[in-house]
Amino acid sequence: MVERDVTAPELTALTRATTQPRVLIVGAGPAGVRCAETLVAAGVKPTVIDEGRRDGGQIYRRQPETFTRSYRSLYGTEADRAEALHRCFDGLRGRIEYLPESLAWNVSPSCLHVLQQLRHLELAFDALVLCTGATDRLLPVKGWNLAGTFSLGGAQVALKSQACAIGRAVVFLGTGPLLYLVASQYLEAGANVAAVLDVSAWPARLAALPELLAAPRTLLKGLRLTAALRRAAVPVHTGIQPIEILGTALEGVRGVVCRDARGRRLTVGCDAVALGLHLRPETQLADLAGCEFRFDTDTRQWAPRLDADGRSSVAGVYLAGDGARVLGAAAAEVAGRLAAMAVLEDFRLQAPGSERPALRKTRSRLTRFARGLSKAFPWPVRHVAALSDDTVICRCECVTVGELRQIVSGTEAREVNRAKAFSRVGMGRCQGRYCGHAAAEVIAQAARVPLEQVGRLRAQAPVKPVPIAASQEGA
Amino acid sequence: MTHHAEHVADVAIVGAGLMGSAAAFFLRRRDRSVLLIERGLAGQQASGVNFGNVRRQGRPMRQLPLANRSSSWWRRMPELVGMDVEYLQYGHMRVCYRDRPERVAEFEAYAREVRPLGLDLEIIGGAALRERFPFLGPDVLAASYSAQDGHANPRLVAPAFARAARRLGAQVFENTAVAHLGKSGEDFRITAEDGRIFCAPVVLITAGAWAHAFSSQVGEPVPLIGRGPTMCVTEPVPYHIRPSVGVSTPLERESVYFRQIPRGNVIIGGSTRGPVVPDLWRAYVQPQNTLSQLRQIQRLAPALARLHVIRVWSGIEGYTPDDMPVMGRSERVSGLYYAFGFSGSGFQLGPGVGDVMAELIDTGATDVPLEDYRPCRFAGISIPQPATSAAAFSE
Repeated sequence: MVERDVTAPELTALTRATTQPRVLIVGAGPAGVRCAETLVAAGVKPTVIDEGRRDGGQIYRRQPETFTRSYRSLYGTEADRAEALHRCFDGLRGRIEYLPESLAWNVSPSCLHVLQQLRHLELAFDALVLCTGATDRLLPVKGWNLAGTFSLGGAQVALKSQACAIGRAVVFLGTGPLLYLVASQYLEAGANVAAVLDVSAWPARLAALPELLAAPRTLLKGLRLTAALRRAAVPVHTGIQPIEILGTALEGVRGVVCRDARGRRLTVGCDAVALGLHLRPETQLADLAGCEFRFDTDTRQWAPRLDADGRSSVAGVYLAGDGARVLGAAAAEVAGRLAAMAVLEDFRLQAPGSERPALRKTRSRLTRFARGLSKAFPWPVRHVAALSDDTVICRCECVTVGELRQIVSGTEAREVNRAKAFSRVGMGRCQGRYCGHAAAEVIAQAARVPLEQVGRLRAQAPVKPVPIAASQEGA
Repeated sequence: MTHHAEHVADVAIVGAGLMGSAAAFFLRRRDRSVLLIERGLAGQQASGVNFGNVRRQGRPMRQLPLANRSSSWWRRMPELVGMDVEYLQYGHMRVCYRDRPERVAEFEAYAREVRPLGLDLEIIGGAALRERFPFLGPDVLAASYSAQDGHANPRLVAPAFARAARRLGAQVFENTAVAHLGKSGEDFRITAEDGRIFCAPVVLITAGAWAHAFSSQVGEPVPLIGRGPTMCVTEPVPYHIRPSVGVSTPLERESVYFRQIPRGNVIIGGSTRGPVVPDLWRAYVQPQNTLSQLRQIQRLAPALARLHVIRVWSGIEGYTPDDMPVMGRSERVSGLYYAFGFSGSGFQLGPGVGDVMAELIDTGATDVPLEDYRPCRFAGISIPQPATSAAAFSE
């Protein structure tokens, strides 16, 4: 057996001036691409590490090379933005180091650990810009562990990347703009949208109107999506309370039961459910890098503490895009540029350009809009409180809400990592990505403490599961 | 200044890891009143993050009476602490590789020595080994199998002891950092950072990697070094492997071990430990240590190569130069007792340590030999400065 005493740093052979800082960008979505563009324009050659096979991130995910759908059919109202971003990235090729299909699975001081297919790389850095994007924020519903339940993001990926729907009749359940966007994309693609079931109620949207007017065109697009769904006679119910996803272990999802705004029981038949309530930033790398976090009372979630341009509390670590704050793709492009400018400024390569104040202004405008969205489509704390004891909360480890409540009251585990240690909630494959927020709410409610006192799940490497075989040289 | 009521008891215990929590429990069974003081939460540090081996084999002969005492408590754990701590007496095996054939004779000699002390070991090799343990790799030459050992869930044990102690009447103070330990007259006086005061004629220091701050204060310095174990766990797969399995080798890098739990996950530990800074309270696994561990584990059990690691973790363990704990009476201050520095192998000993310390404090004597663990053995050894860790991040 071949053995090496120490893993020699396998740095990619980058021939560049020694005075240049080594800049790594994790993620090739809107934030990562614009960050790379800004750095390249200043004469820096960054390395872009991305999990995807192609650039674009989740929102502007590119179809496989052999697929030929048009930008209009793939991205709808966002076609121009998607095309501009892809063109931009195509133009950067050759002027950046690009590692697609590569997972940044861990970070240690000044070194990013990357798994490229089955090869481990250690990439030393002076500046690390995390543009890691967001994933769906999920609310457990009894039966969400049945086959046929997908996240909204997953439902969208199936359509964008593989041109297929998640089922023959799909219920969209949750809240937030993505709920309507993906439902209308399914509709447009010819899929059968059985219903849109939104947990937030209309009055909240009116109350949020002043902040939503910060981005009037986006607001208008949203309204058009809703109108299109209604025109197509898709049942849209707001202010609902999810009760159960029906089905069997063998056959999967067969329907959704909820209570409508007037308290009537409503059953919708379907064979797939797309579930999502806004997004949550993917902050594992920031956590492993030692960044400080703060609690955001609007969205009831934790986020890395940042300055106006994306500097974290750790020198040399920057964050941009939805991986830091969920502000949407347009804001992510702006944040990517700002983070690149911060890097250039910190390494004395370039004084911030005259466009920085305008970028910062755009970012705060979009922040206001995002706050409006979180008011219009609030995280439904009351539904978490109402979850039945037999609802599975942690799908990876098969822990029910009742078991978690019992552990909290029986062991006084009032802190989320403590409750995780005793109950296994959040210990599985997803490391709490799917259940973490709901688990924290359940713990807070059972322990009768405010949510921020429950704390947040500590991230542990690997960011995603890594194969043991990959540690073997020559595997 | 705020006036704080004093808490008074027969014994104050500093540190609610496994040793402190178990001692509190056994002292209550002897009807001694107890204050159990913990900076964070019970069992949060080394006691909660270790591999979970409950093994006697491999320990020095002179430690077996203590390990045997512990063993008898492990078998009664549910009735003792009132819950299932996932203790499974499914055996523990040490294996050696073909390139170290001299280990087989060592296994045999050790087995002969420990048999009179109540530890029965079976040395297995050849076809019998493959037949009984088909998951072992072709490099494995032989195994020393201890049917009476096993494994348990470390996340549950120390907190379970702390809760059981409290049910028996111990006063448990979590989130209580000790700022000062002093003695006036016959009584110790412990001042917490928030000003609360705890008084007792007897103090037991069970503060793990942080304990030497207290022993140094009374002139018994211990060259304790914090180190972080390299741990990981795989996704669950069908349950097949019952014993805990480890490699016997003089090389730290080669010394990996694993166990499967009925839930299906495989827990992997061993190989290179990382440096830690105890004052940062959080230890990160060094990524290169994970990779080296995963290479080694495939040599031990090649089938594991097909699995994915879903999570890694580490913790802060206190190591002494001879890997033996500091346990027993202080030789300088009467009424002061120690149980710390278990050097990464204290988990199995925990219940026994609690029992023996309670016995010693209560009766003034124990028949379990503690000579090897006297703090004075380090007199004259220079105390290293805490290493700055590459794993720690600057704030």
